[in-house]
This record gives sequence, structure tokens and C-alpha cells, in this order.
Amino acid sequence: MLAVETSDLTKDYYVGFFRKRPRRALDGLNLRVERGEVFGLLGPNGAGKTTTLKILLRLVFPTSGTARILGRELDDVAMHARVGYLPENPYFYDHLTAQEFMNYAGELFGLRSAERQRRINRLLERLGLGASRDLPLRKFSKGMVQRVGIAQALINDPELVFLDEPMSGLDPLGRREVRDLILELKEEGKTIFFSTHILSDAEVLCDRVAILNRGRLQGCGELGEILSLGVAVTEVVLENPGEELLKELRLYTRSVVQTGERVRLEVPAESDVARVLALVVRHTAKIVSVNPVKMSLEDYFMAQMGATPEAPPSREAVNAPDPERRGK
Amino acid sequence: MRRVVSIALHTFKESVRERVLYNLIVFALLLMGAAILFGSISVGIEQIILVNLGLSSISVFGLLMAIFIGIGLVWKEIERRSIYSILSKPVRRAEFVVGKYCGLLLTLLVNTAIMTAGFYAALFYQKRSLSVADLAVLEAVYFILLQLALVVGLALFFSCISTPILSAVFTLCLYIIGNLSADIRWFGQETGSAVVEKATAVLYYLLPNFGDFNVIAQVAHGEKIPAYLLYSNSLYALLYGTILVSAAILVLEEREFR
Amino acid sequence: MMAGGIPVLREPGTRPICWVLLGASFLALVPLQRGIDRELAVQGKLAEVLYVPSGRILQRLSLGHEGLLADIYWTRVVQYFGRQRLSHATRFELLGPLLRITTDLDPQLVIAYRFGAVFLAEKPPGGAGQPKEALHLLRRGIVANPHYWRLWQDLGFIYYWDLKDYASAARAFQTGSERPGAAIWMKALAASVAAAGGQIQTSRLLWSEIYRQAENESIRRSAQEHLLALQAQEEMEHLNRLLGQYRAREGRQAQRFAELVAAGSLPALPRDPSGVPYRVGPEGRAALGPESKVDLRLLQ
Repeated sequence: MLAVETSDLTKDYYVGFFRKRPRRALDGLNLRVERGEVFGLLGPNGAGKTTTLKILLRLVFPTSGTARILGRELDDVAMHARVGYLPENPYFYDHLTAQEFMNYAGELFGLRSAERQRRINRLLERLGLGASRDLPLRKFSKGMVQRVGIAQALINDPELVFLDEPMSGLDPLGRREVRDLILELKEEGKTIFFSTHILSDAEVLCDRVAILNRGRLQGCGELGEILSLGVAVTEVVLENPGEELLKELRLYTRSVVQTGERVRLEVPAESDVARVLALVVRHTAKIVSVNPVKMSLEDYFMAQMGATPEAPPSREAVNAPDPERRGK
Repeated sequence: MRRVVSIALHTFKESVRERVLYNLIVFALLLMGAAILFGSISVGIEQIILVNLGLSSISVFGLLMAIFIGIGLVWKEIERRSIYSILSKPVRRAEFVVGKYCGLLLTLLVNTAIMTAGFYAALFYQKRSLSVADLAVLEAVYFILLQLALVVGLALFFSCISTPILSAVFTLCLYIIGNLSADIRWFGQETGSAVVEKATAVLYYLLPNFGDFNVIAQVAHGEKIPAYLLYSNSLYALLYGTILVSAAILVLEEREFR
Repeated sequence: MMAGGIPVLREPGTRPICWVLLGASFLALVPLQRGIDRELAVQGKLAEVLYVPSGRILQRLSLGHEGLLADIYWTRVVQYFGRQRLSHATRFELLGPLLRITTDLDPQLVIAYRFGAVFLAEKPPGGAGQPKEALHLLRRGIVANPHYWRLWQDLGFIYYWDLKDYASAARAFQTGSERPGAAIWMKALAASVAAAGGQIQTSRLLWSEIYRQAENESIRRSAQEHLLALQAQEEMEHLNRLLGQYRAREGRQAQRFAELVAAGSLPALPRDPSGVPYRVGPEGRAALGPESKVDLRLLQ
């Protein structure tokens, strides 16, 4: 049984004064999510990620197409007992404390009082909110609200967890924690379905990803396969290489970036790497590192979007003087 | 069912914290205090005036409260999107609506009880004693509560459709029209046009008939309210309340949350 | 699953239940409401009027909406009166208070005064039988509407018809005739009332005026009934004269008008203004037929 399965899922919104013009938010979406995997739904803002999640959770009704969650139809409200959901930019109830809110959520799942309290304690601890248990949500920072959101998504110990932009509002430490949490949940055998527009998170976490753009599925596949689609460039970093060496290397290198004493070179052709290294050795320059850079998820993403994959402009390039003009 | 209770209690706790309600209660109590002064001006009808004014205050302020908390209820949850985290749990939309309604009723009950207690305090102050006959006032309060139950139902229904301001306007309009529905039907009969007469008759049965519940003056004059009226009005409120809640559920079932 | 091209992803069962509840409740409401209406009608809803016994206090409370409130109270007057008449009641206790409150709220609501003039003064079962109340009401109306000469006419009418005080009636008509815009016949009326008291022609004139000026169906109907009664009275006086003549000529009492027709005194069988034939009554005097719609009690 698949965790999530959609078939030709389509959603039209009607805009305009008399609601005449349809705007297609989702177009024939076909997804399959296996149980126990971490699945990432990627895409730029407005691609339809949130719409997909809302349809799956019965907050929005599809115009056509079907979907199943854990083998059950979408209108099976009882199925929600096995599912957790973190909405995007969540808002809960200002006047409740974290404890009260988690209690309310637990009640709605029908959990008994003792068990409920046990889980609340465990989850609040796990998400670092133990100290803020009796603070009204009104006083929570965005990051704390996000954590409460994750906590309430897990209170029923769901088999399948839907997270809409789980990292939003978190500082780097928080993101790390949530990343670890997701991996832990995966260890526990749960299926995680999360949407994000931050590729680096997906790269670290996902087993499979799907890329959505303007309501259409642009690409879908195992992350491992995508990332092993070949080595894009080999990155060579040297220390104080000297003018002559750089001149000779220019034949084989694509980009030369200098930051302080270090120079970063990109060698597009794998076959040239050996020759580059030989040259470097001959000039007795210092090698800092040699890195085959695989195609990143971002490259894949951009390719699917229709743009050509490029070496990501690093920060150093923006600030360093033009290497071509150096020495002239 | 447990979920309905949970939602109801949550709604109660949320609306009880609304500060506006406390202001309204204070105003009502002040008015009752003032009523004691009015009464002492004109000899012989002090109690009638106090009962009239007291019950009218409870009615008017109860009405304001009912509208105020009713309109915000569902709309706030939708607007702030807290409803996402409710409906994504195993909660039927129908349970949500019923829970909200029950929570509202509970709030109204508590607020009305406070105002009634204030009223009896004023009565005690005026008469220096209370007798069993004064319990008759509770009958009028009960009728007021029935009315408010319907008003809250109306507010809840509109809250599922539109913004608070529009909901308030619609609810208030229907309340006023509902009080005059007998007159509307009478006008229709007087015009002589069969079409108009039929139309107004249909309206009469369709719209909530608040006029039936007006017993304040009778109670003020110490008249007994017949038992038949008690039962039939209770049944009316039950039936019309069912209509309003069902309608609200039907509306919410269709709604999407963008 | 699809239904008509639209996937059915609503909760099964909830919607039909709601529709059924909605429909059944509405259907059940109709008989229930009827029952309540019946019960309330028996109650009389009297207390509503006494809610605020003073029109002046009500005026303060109405926060500038006295006009509207007056109109609402005016409809109450008409409803109340109509209801009492329908149930053949003989008492109209609330008519006075209602009219008082109405005119307190809107002293310029002239129809209220005119309604009171007719129905407050009228003896039961046609009215409340309170001519003094009516006079009081009219005087207040005259104070508030000094240019409305017809109120003087109404005042004079009550003196004339209900109190049989012809001197005061004549005075009222005279004063009214001096108001700007008064009808020409007011002066003549004053004179004839002073001179000849309760003549049928005078009464006919007054009631005709009321009929003509009537702004309300009840008033118009009442005026019409009075006019019919007056006409019947006149005709009966004429018939009585003929009967007397017949007795003098023939030496015996006529039993039926057919005999007068045969003797040539009458061209045809006489009918009263409602179309029902007159008959000869027990003392040999003209009387109304049993199905007659004319009500002579109005003339008392």
C-alpha cells in the first residue's frame, strides 16, 4: 500500500468578479509516495505545493482526479487519525498556552488524559519547548510557533506526516534540529511528505523528490539517481599559484576566482583534471583541495525549470577583483 | 461526541476571555442600578419599572453579546487559518459547527446568569426581601435565552459565509424583522392582493418569529405565562435552532480554505 | 469516484442528513407556529400596550424615532379594533390608552384623533362608549393642530350624536366654521343644529361628511352603516304615516304591506336600504325584515 497516491489531480480556481476565469493551480498531478520514505515536494512559490497538501487534507476540494492516503479515500475523515499535518506559516490560538493547545489537539484525536499528558511532555521536550510549556502562544517567537506546529502534528503518533515548509522561521540551529527530527521519524518507520522551496534541505533529507512548477509535475525521481547524473565540474583550490601557472591553466579551466591567497578553479572536463594537477605539481604550487562537484539538486531543479545549469556564483566572486585584469 | 464537547469547551474558554463581554455586562448592571433610581421617582410602579428595565437590559445586552461573539467565531478561525489544524484532524465539519454552537450557548448562559444575578441583587435592594413570586422573572429570562439561542445560530450561520461586519448587519436585520413578522403578515393581509398575502405568509413561517418570545411586559405586571407557551416556544427554538445549525453545516461542508 | 464529472469528496451522509433536518424542521414549524398564534390570540396580548403606560416616557425612549413608533402604535390601534370587532367583543378597554400613546408620540397624526372621535365615542358593540374620552382626545388634537378645522367638526359631532348636547355642538361647529379653509356648510350646520336639534337631515349630512372624508376603511364602513340606518329610519317614519292613514281609512290595522300596495298607497313592496323587504311589526308599525343588514341600534 502506498502512503500517498494521486491520479490526475487537478484544481482550478475561479478568479474574476463573477468567478468566471479559471486559473489552473494543479494540472493532472500523478504522485506516488512509498511508505517509510521521506518525500520532498519542491517548487518555486506558487507552484502548487500547498494546494496539493490542502487537497490531500480535505481543506480544498479537487476539480477532478483522485487521491488516496494510506489506501483510504480522501473523504474518509477517520483516516486523519493516522496522519499529522503542519500547515505553512501556522497560527494557532493566541490565548492558549503550549500545554493547553497540545491538550486540545490531543483531545481531538481522542487520546486519554494520562496518555495525552505523557505524549505532550515528550514532544515538548523533544522540540525544546519544555520551558515554555505554560507560556501563552501569543508570546512565542515564529520559530517556537513552528516547533509547536510540529509537536501538534506528531501528538497522535501518525504513520504519515505532512509538513508544509517545516524549516520556515527557524534559525540554523533550529533547522538542524528539525532535520535531525525528520531523520529520526524516518527511523521510526514513519513516512514524511514535506514541501519546501529550499533545495539544500531536500538534498539532505529526501529519498525521492518531485518538482512542481506552475501546477505541473516537471520531474520526479530518486534523489540518489538525480545527483549521480554525472560530475558537473571538478573544483581545484590552490594557494598562491602564481601568474604563470594560472596562464597555463586557463586552457583547461572555466572559472578562476581569487580570494586572498586562495584561488578556486573549475575544470569542466574530467579528463583535463590530471593534466591540471600535473601542471600544478610542476610549478610546485600548493594544492588545498580537489573536489569533484556532482550535479546538485539545484542544478537539476534549474534544468527542470528550463534554465541552463550553471556553477553557482559564490560569494567570493562577487567581491573579488576581476582575475583577468590582475596584473595588467 | 467527545470531540464536539472538546470544541465546545474550547470555544467557551475563548469567548469568555473577550473583554467586550465584560464591558457589556457592566453596562447592563449599571442600567439596572439606574432603574432603581427611576422607580423611586414615580410611586407605585417601582417594581414594574425595575423588572421591565432589568429584563430589557438582559435582552438587549444579551443580544449584543450574542451577535458579537457569534459573528467572529467561525470567521476568525478561517481568517487566521487555525481551522487548518482542526479540520486536518479526524474532526468532521459538522462536529466543528455543532461544537462551536454549543460553546456559544454556554457562554451566553453564563453571561445571562451573571446579569440575572445582578438583577436579583437590584431587586433585593429595592424590596428588601425576595419572595417565591419573584422566581417568575426566571421564566422571562428563559424566554430571552431561547431568543438568544436563535440569534447566536443566525450569527454562526452568517459567520460561515461572510465577514463579521456583514454578519452583524444581517443578524441584526433578521432580528428586527423577526420581531415584526406578525405585522408583516398582517400588512400582507390588509393589502388585499392575493400574491402579496401569500408572499408575506410564507415569510412569516420562514423567518424566525421572535415576537412569540416577548413576555417581558407580562412578567412585569405579574401575569402568569401559560405552560403551553413555555413548551411550544421551547420546541420552536429547538426546531429553528436545528435549521440554523444544519444550514451552517451545509455551508461549511462546501467551503474551501484557500 | 466521480459523480457528474465532479469527484465526490465530501463526507458521505452529512449533507443528506442536514437537508432532511432542515426540511423536516421547517415543516414542523408551521403547525407549531399556528398553535402559538392561537394561544397568543386567546391571551389578547394586552400586556404589550401596558409595556410603557406613558406616551411621554415612550417618546423620550424612542430617541428621535417617535414618528415611526407612532405609526407602529397606530397599526396596533387598527389591529386591536379589528380583532375586537372580529371576536364580537363588547369592550374596547385598550382603545383609549392606545390612542393616547399614539397621539403623545405624534401629536400631528390626525387620523388617530378622527378614529377616536368615531369609535371611542360610539356605544358598544360598535365602539368603546367613552364619549368624554373622545372629547378629551379631540381637544388635545385641536391644541396640537389648530388649523385642522375638521377636528372641530368631529368635536361638534360627538356633542351632537353621542351626547345629544345640541348647544355645545352648535358652538363647536361655529368655532370650526371660522377656521381658515373650513367648508361652507359648517356655518349652516351650526345654525340648523342650534335651531332644530336632532334632525335626520342634519345627522345625514354629518355622517355623509364623515363617509366622504374617511381615511380609513373602518371609519368608512361605520359611516355607511349609520347612513343606512338613518335612511331606514326615515323610510320607516314614512311607512308608519302610510300605515296610520290606512288604519284611518279602512278602520283596521294592515297586516302586510301588500295590502297597502293593493290599496294604491305604495307603488311596490317597500324594501330597506339593504334590499330586504320591510314588514309590519307587532304593534302595526313598520319594522325591518329578519335578514336585514341595517342596524337600528346605531341610532341610539
